[in-house]
Amino acid sequence: VKIAAALLAVVIALALQTTLASLVIRGTAALDLVLIVVIYLALISGPVAGLLIGSAAGLVQDALSSGIIGIGGLSKTVVGFVAGLLATQFIVTAPLSRFLVFVACTFLNAGIFMGLYAGLGLRQFDDPWTPVISQALGNAFIGVIGAQLVELLPGLRDRRKQRRIARH
Amino acid sequence: MASIQLSQRPLLVLTGAIVLHVILISAQVNTTAGIPFIKVVTFGFFSEVQRGTMTSVDGVRGVWSGYVALQDAQAENEALKNELARLQVRLQEERAQAQRAENFRQLLELRERAGVDTVAAEVIAGPATIEFRDMTIDKGSADGVQRDMAVISPAGVVGRVILSSTRAAQVQMLIDLNGAAGAMIERTRAQGLVVGQGSTLRMDYVPGTADVKQGDLVVTSGIDKIYPKGFVIGTVEAVERGNGTYHELTIRPAVDFTRLEEVLVVTTPPPAITAEQIAKEAEALAAPQPPTTSPPQAGAASPGAAPARNVSPQGPGR
Repeated sequence: VKIAAALLAVVIALALQTTLASLVIRGTAALDLVLIVVIYLALISGPVAGLLIGSAAGLVQDALSSGIIGIGGLSKTVVGFVAGLLATQFIVTAPLSRFLVFVACTFLNAGIFMGLYAGLGLRQFDDPWTPVISQALGNAFIGVIGAQLVELLPGLRDRRKQRRIARH
Repeated sequence: MASIQLSQRPLLVLTGAIVLHVILISAQVNTTAGIPFIKVVTFGFFSEVQRGTMTSVDGVRGVWSGYVALQDAQAENEALKNELARLQVRLQEERAQAQRAENFRQLLELRERAGVDTVAAEVIAGPATIEFRDMTIDKGSADGVQRDMAVISPAGVVGRVILSSTRAAQVQMLIDLNGAAGAMIERTRAQGLVVGQGSTLRMDYVPGTADVKQGDLVVTSGIDKIYPKGFVIGTVEAVERGNGTYHELTIRPAVDFTRLEEVLVVTTPPPAITAEQIAKEAEALAAPQPPTTSPPQAGAASPGAAPARNVSPQGPGR
């Protein structure tokens, strides 16, 4: 069930990334929803699950883009592993610490992704800092809010159930 | 049991995953031709998911605007307010329809003017990753759309088809870092290569002796055998002297790539360029330029040169 839920989350993120993101932010979205999902799932599932989810999500994203299949997969594999590892070594449940993890992981992802493309001579990135910084902040903001919402939902449901029982 | 052992050895799993990715990347980088099978299958499958998502979003939006919102208004407001709300919704719908009709009219005009066979297509998805500038259209090989076909809009050149499944195709926009097209300055016929910069374009290999000015119209040269000759790419925004041999030009794209909704795929392959045509171009380039007293108007063709084959560059980018 957990694997299916993780895969579903990645598919939804991909679908939203390719359809709604371009509608809402007019094509040039400074967000990587798939990366946000990978980081969050890695934070709650650990390094092995993180790297496997990152690998699968990155490969699908690569296959849907016009780039080399595997470069995004590799970067998201490492990001999933690092995020999962951070969650096992430190307490990263507070919004601020999560914000920092999202920012750091976005930089790591961009570093590996752009580094590989540039290193293999496939692409040149003239000014990578501006888009990466805006993406890191965007990912962190949406990631923290999304994580809080996802974690608040079960509590809300329980409280409502308890209230209903108390009324009867 | 095996999964428990693996989860206790994250570094081993990480190394395995990295090795697999490296093998995968190496296999592609060394390949000179052909599309990976996984890419075609994944794209074919996911384009259906994208189509489904878009349909669902449209459906929800339709139900909301056409039923739920009106029902709420009916319950909460007086009859006149309700009527006003309904009329406003209808007005918006009609405005949207009028805009859509206008888009189609422009496409039809372009289709007639272009003189090439085209297939109209709707953009159903944007880029999967923000590093690439590509999009998905709702026409594929079943409609005659093939790889390396040019994609145009009323404002100008959009890009080329890089992957085609049965019912959808992936289009690489010209502004993508890997996008490129043979181009020329329409006024002086000076040739060069336009390459994508992510959001703008750059024109390279324009001889340093060529006459180029800010505001000059840049059109396709047809030399790449993908884009038909004479379609508008953009206008020269800045002229810089490169390393002495060539100009380096910054080009402002004629197309607003963030607002594309409908496009045309050119299904006719561009005609091969003959030696006679090349000689004619060279002659036109070598001919002395008449002295100009006023700055040249963008879009004004040089004597004997073919005019740009689409709407004016100052036309609205959609």
